[in-house]
Amino acid sequence: MSLAELICPAGTPAALRTAVDAGADAVYCGFQDATNARNFPGLNFTPDELAASVTYAHGKGAKVLLALNTYPPAGKVDLWRQAADTGARLGVDAFIVADMGVADYIARTHPGVRLHLSVQAAASSPEAIRYYCQNFGVKRVVLPRILTIPEIREIRKEIPCEIETFIFGNHGLMVEGRCSLTNYLTGQSTNMDGVCSPASDVEYKRHEDGSMSSQLAGFTIDCFGADEKAGYPTICKGRYTAPHRPEGYYAFEEPVSLNLSRLLPDLIDAGVHAFKIEGRQRSKSYVRGVVSAFRQAVDDIRAGREANIADLVALTEGQKQTQGAFETKKWR
Amino acid sequence: MSARPDTLPRASGPGMSTLARLSCLMVQPILTRVVRRIAKRHPSLFARLGPHQGTDFVIDAVELPFALHLRPDPQALLFRAVPRDATPEAGATIRGKFMLLLELVDSEEDGDAAFFSRDLEVTGDTEAVVRLRNALDDVDGSIAEETAEMFGPPGRAILARLRRAYPT
Repeated sequence: MSLAELICPAGTPAALRTAVDAGADAVYCGFQDATNARNFPGLNFTPDELAASVTYAHGKGAKVLLALNTYPPAGKVDLWRQAADTGARLGVDAFIVADMGVADYIARTHPGVRLHLSVQAAASSPEAIRYYCQNFGVKRVVLPRILTIPEIREIRKEIPCEIETFIFGNHGLMVEGRCSLTNYLTGQSTNMDGVCSPASDVEYKRHEDGSMSSQLAGFTIDCFGADEKAGYPTICKGRYTAPHRPEGYYAFEEPVSLNLSRLLPDLIDAGVHAFKIEGRQRSKSYVRGVVSAFRQAVDDIRAGREANIADLVALTEGQKQTQGAFETKKWR
Repeated sequence: MSARPDTLPRASGPGMSTLARLSCLMVQPILTRVVRRIAKRHPSLFARLGPHQGTDFVIDAVELPFALHLRPDPQALLFRAVPRDATPEAGATIRGKFMLLLELVDSEEDGDAAFFSRDLEVTGDTEAVVRLRNALDDVDGSIAEETAEMFGPPGRAILARLRRAYPT
């Protein structure tokens, strides 16, 4: 049986402590800049905060993984290198990387620190994953959310590293690391600036009939009826009208969250080493609730008991959840 | 939680304007004391607010007879109760039931979830709201409990009474 480590999100030092106290085996976080894919206003860690957080986590037996999972634009790689140097100096347990140049720098400069391949690298074939392992010493791959469990099982047999899969949280468009939708409207890049739907470009408007529209860079991307649940203001979750769909439809993806709580035993059996919970942009309340629920579930499974996981639908986007491609390729 | 903030009954009717103004006068000394104390105990809040320290936030707890106006400028903190017909031009407005807003401040509820369920409504500068949310979320412990403690047993009793009076 795999170790089934629980990898939990933290957007602030307080959230990191909350995750550790709730039973995280490892917490992932990032600096307050473009080196990570949750470069949101008021979120993330200063170097001093990360130092204190590493001390706190290690004191309680938890690891800290530093997300450096964006792509440096040409000529700006120094920011990523400095972040790696700082992380190594502060004693983080692993770097989560997507860019080959960043991976190469860390492999050469900080060979003692583990490298995990971010979902943003979108490595979904044994050949691609092996390439990262052989050339940069990658120890773990975070798989894109496009694979079924039988496919994960087959990949596991053909690669020399651990597998981490998302089990809960935001369920974005299935081309991680290659999505340019935000860039198209706002000029800021999810993959290079680390921000999907920057808050400075988001606006919500109330209407007299109780509906609410969400806009990104002045473009309306959804309008929720008075009694409808809402989702994130991302283009991939937008609802659009078209000549053949005048009523509006979700062209890419619906507002829905991933929840694989029922598939945990199958994932463990398939050889998944670590379970990732999405949500560095969420609150301590979310971290506490989701981490505690999955801690209990994983412990139950390890002990041979049936997992009885708490209902987490209230924390999901649009208050809807899916098992996505993990259950079937026909999910959408 | 189910009713949208704008469908909840508001304090309204003859005499409400006078009541709102009287209420504002009564709570203002408490608000001033509270915000100064929180700022002193949690100075890291201001770093996360960044350029929005000077933003005017209107916090509209729909059941209360007044709204709250917050400008989290560490050099000139402002937290005041204002009648709804006299609210300033807001950089951002946050609207919801009183207890939900209190629990969001204390990270007992998740802001995104409250937004998804439509129990929380945000208008104006979204970045300002995101910064305020993240700043408050990095505070350990309960700001509500801290505030109650400032006033000793009467403070704790009032908080308990508010929690009973304004369920989420």
